[in-house]
Amino acid sequence: MVEVFGKKATRFGFGEALVELGEKDPKIFVLGADTVSSVAINGFQEKFPDRFINVGIAETNLIGMAAGLAVAGFIPFAATYGVFASGRPWEQIRTTVCYSNLNVKIGGSHSGLMVGPDGATHQALEEIAIMRCLPKMTVIVPCDLIETRKATMAAAYFAGPVYIRYGRENVPIITKPETPFEIGKANILRDGKDAAILACGTMVYESLAAAEILEKKGIKTMVIDIHTIKPIDEKAIIDAAKECGAIVTAEEHQIFAGFGSAVAEVVVRNSPVPMEFVGVNDTFGESGEAADLIKKFGLKDVNIAQAVEKVLKRK
Amino acid sequence: MQTSDLKIISAAVRKDIIKMLGLAGSGHPGGSLSSVELLVALYFNHMKFNPNNADDPDRDYFVLSKGHVCPVLYAVLAQTECISGDELCTLRQAGSRLQGHPAKDKELPGIEISTGSLGYGLSIGAGIAAGLKQAKKANRVYVLMGDGEQQEGSIWEAAMAAPHLNLNNLCAIVDDNALQIDGETKKVMNIQPLAQKYKAFGWNTIEIDGHDLDAINAAYAAAKSETNKPTAIIAKTVKGKGVSFMENLAEWHGKTPSKELAEKALAEINATLG
Repeated sequence: MVEVFGKKATRFGFGEALVELGEKDPKIFVLGADTVSSVAINGFQEKFPDRFINVGIAETNLIGMAAGLAVAGFIPFAATYGVFASGRPWEQIRTTVCYSNLNVKIGGSHSGLMVGPDGATHQALEEIAIMRCLPKMTVIVPCDLIETRKATMAAAYFAGPVYIRYGRENVPIITKPETPFEIGKANILRDGKDAAILACGTMVYESLAAAEILEKKGIKTMVIDIHTIKPIDEKAIIDAAKECGAIVTAEEHQIFAGFGSAVAEVVVRNSPVPMEFVGVNDTFGESGEAADLIKKFGLKDVNIAQAVEKVLKRK
Repeated sequence: MQTSDLKIISAAVRKDIIKMLGLAGSGHPGGSLSSVELLVALYFNHMKFNPNNADDPDRDYFVLSKGHVCPVLYAVLAQTECISGDELCTLRQAGSRLQGHPAKDKELPGIEISTGSLGYGLSIGAGIAAGLKQAKKANRVYVLMGDGEQQEGSIWEAAMAAPHLNLNNLCAIVDDNALQIDGETKKVMNIQPLAQKYKAFGWNTIEIDGHDLDAINAAYAAAKSETNKPTAIIAKTVKGKGVSFMENLAEWHGKTPSKELAEKALAEINATLG
């Protein structure tokens, strides 16, 4: 069994960190776009109303005003649903925020299929791809509540634009307060030499569960939580490729151009080994309960375990 | 500064625009020339700007939303002696701080943020203004936009937010030269009546002739004394102003003069100095 310390949505880690940051630093400013409570920035709004702006349903202005606040010397966090935080104002993020290397932090909530019943329009499955291709942008996909809190705290003082991807659904807490967190440094959660499972976000838990399934079959897998997609921990990936000789990536995101692709870019340049990719396979999501969708779209521990067995045949 | 002095500086800026663009061989003369008086009056009479320390925390902020007309901004910065006249000759060349559109990463003094993708400046200005208000600072924010970019939806998101947040420290200026790449703005996609639109959104609006320095000075002064609302100055201008063969012609939006035409233009501008 994977050791779990309760269940809570990562969005609350983001919101709690903002309040803590706001108490310590008068330069922290938060902007919302009519989704204030659902993306868990209402705590900051209540506590620091003069450092909070709700722009309404206007995401290009959300990013534009955050950029202006950064020019004025603040550390702005702009947050809304991931589809609208990354896709709608993409060019503002590119040209205004990244090109000027501004200290704007973007919180993309409601990521992945687990948004559930709202369906495909609201299930952000492309943000890793469209954010990681931007020069200067840092992309973090934390795996649980505690890691999201740490990522948010760290992002505030990590120079330049940062995108943090988090979610709405309650998910298992698998890290501890004392688990190390450093932007750009992956965490090895489980050792094994037969294959390595590299995961981000909600798929870290599923990967740990997959390792348990495989263990029973005598297959020992390494599991790495790669919370920072960019700058990615190349050393951890190369070491895993060399040690295990086969890699499976897992992400609650499109396979094309996402996390798995980022890992593959490192693998093929440095230490080519067979790879398999678990993720959403070039399709939109749909309405349903989170657990049912994860199953339907093949993002469960069993799917990851199957991918490991498949990749081992090519090792 | 006296209007007569501002006129002399305006002529010098126009000449620099022609020289820079002639040398560069590409760029945007029409909209640069239509914005000259609006920027000269701002930098020499109204904006708190220290050419020796462009990042002075007490400065007023300027955002060039219509980033393609950066030759006018570069030329004005040279007139303030914030950058050298020689550097103007490097416009659009590899390694130059004078990029084809203003670039923050080139660290040219006076460039607050990269711009050039139209429709973004008003949000940026509103963000700066909101931050200054929260910090209880008296600095002001100026955003220069074109009339064509009023077609961008993002402008109206910002236009809605600024009065809602009572950003009276924000002054938007529309260089309304009535032309865009594809021709007359009113034929491409009409944006008028612009002043009424801003007024309806809750702005203090002022309509002026954007080449009349006295009117421009009065408008900036009125914007400063507004205690509650942001101000939008709708300035009617002539695209290509000051160069007869460029005036009111959309084709000079993004075309540079030949050596002969540049000389003709410079002679015309010189003649206005008497």
